[in-house]
Amino acid sequence: MSVKVLIPTPLQKLTNDQATLECQGATIAELLDNLESSCPGIKARLCDEQGELRRFVNFYVNSEDIRFLDGRNTPLKEGDEVSIVPAIAGG
Amino acid sequence: MTVATQPKTQATFRALKCKECGAEYEAQAIHVCELCFGPLEVAYDYSAIRQRVSREKIQAGPHSIWRYREFLPVTSEQPIDVGTGVTPLVQANRLARRLGLHRLYIKNDAVNMPTLSFKDRVVSVALTRARELGFSTVSCASTGNLANSTAAIAAHAGLDCCVFIPADLEAGKVMGTLIYSPTVMAVQGNYDQVNRLCSEVANTHGWGFVNINLRPYYSEGSKTLGYEVAEQLGWQLPDHIVAPLASGSLFTKIYKGFREFVEVGLVEDRAVRFSGAQAEGCSPIAQAFQEGRDFIAPVKPNTIAKSIAIGNPADGVYALDIARKTQGHIEAVTDAEIVDGIKLLAETEGIFTETAGGTTIAVLKKLVEAGKIHPDETTVVYITGNGLKTQEAVQGYVGEPLTIEPKLDSFERALERSRTLERLEWQQVLV
Repeated sequence: MSVKVLIPTPLQKLTNDQATLECQGATIAELLDNLESSCPGIKARLCDEQGELRRFVNFYVNSEDIRFLDGRNTPLKEGDEVSIVPAIAGG
Repeated sequence: MTVATQPKTQATFRALKCKECGAEYEAQAIHVCELCFGPLEVAYDYSAIRQRVSREKIQAGPHSIWRYREFLPVTSEQPIDVGTGVTPLVQANRLARRLGLHRLYIKNDAVNMPTLSFKDRVVSVALTRARELGFSTVSCASTGNLANSTAAIAAHAGLDCCVFIPADLEAGKVMGTLIYSPTVMAVQGNYDQVNRLCSEVANTHGWGFVNINLRPYYSEGSKTLGYEVAEQLGWQLPDHIVAPLASGSLFTKIYKGFREFVEVGLVEDRAVRFSGAQAEGCSPIAQAFQEGRDFIAPVKPNTIAKSIAIGNPADGVYALDIARKTQGHIEAVTDAEIVDGIKLLAETEGIFTETAGGTTIAVLKKLVEAGKIHPDETTVVYITGNGLKTQEAVQGYVGEPLTIEPKLDSFERALERSRTLERLEWQQVLV
């Protein structure tokens, strides 16, 4: 299934300056692997050495923080919008 | 896009540096590390600052935050100075007596200029830097106070302005923004949703978002709350501070301000305890503190303290770390306690604060009652906003005027009635 991914500015060098990508994946974890195949190096930016999502990056599925859903196992369906957003903002 | 070339002075800062991995970047409009997403902070040359500053020079400087300009990340000869900062540090004897403390001070940013909250400090710095970096439009994600400040100071500086707020803000905060004629986007969602939207918008229109792409500069403005307290205490640090926690940025920057003053020799080193205040309806940092966690689990806010209702606080982990390493505490209080806190400060000190200040006073009281603040500690409480902006919060809890005819006997009858009511209240307290 195809989802739309919003790419934050700090990662756009890895996506050929694209701010949005179409990508496949049944979960966030799968999506990350697929992003890595199309944009090599992107996963290491988003995940730490243990493969966990970095603490200063947030993922949203259709505007909901995945920490209120099922984390990296949050399921995705056709047409979902996944937004990757630096945690440092606001206040 | 460039507004005007500003004359420059020699900068005391050289770069932006990732607080997590140490990677360095040019001092442009960026706020997170490309490698690890950690926050970028301004890196200063402290030996240069040490050579340039002295107590005398600061005291002879402007009556505003710009007396500390060597510690602020701007290069303009004429920063935007609208009289922000140098707010009163009030010795709060009546409140202290009520609580059983001996040396209590209120840092009163409820009367900060021009928009009556501490946000004028951070915005003065952010818009000065925005102008230096060539932005002609500035923006922010706000719970209200920041929108007031950004819109007002942008108007003064002749910058275009577009602010984003949650649609359900208090009337005073919305009006206090609209009056300056910015574009106001009232987002149907909570502050965290506003913030996420702004992060997505941030680099799409070439705008300077004060608390997103300009955040490394903006947040430094809060350090002046540390500098001023140290200067106003006679160039000494306090023993204990209590401040509200929303994103956690203010708290960490007060700490940084104190440390910098020690670093350059303006004050003697001293262990300062840092305690933070949250509303129970939005207390992700207090929860992590109490549960001994080193990560923040985000929450969905539900409290009258809208100005500090951030469920996903950017600097939460850093605030947590500072409270722990300084032997401070982080506490949360109910909405009812917040209203009582607002009233207590008003009745004892003549300061009308907003809900964030009510939260801070209520947490101060809770910490004292739990024996977590020693009566002899020099304690400074940061009051960061003005009560006239959140009148809804106390409506129904403050009594009503006595309406009388313009006649002497009408006045006498009303006075007698009010004294009777007062006696009844006293009797109720005694029972």
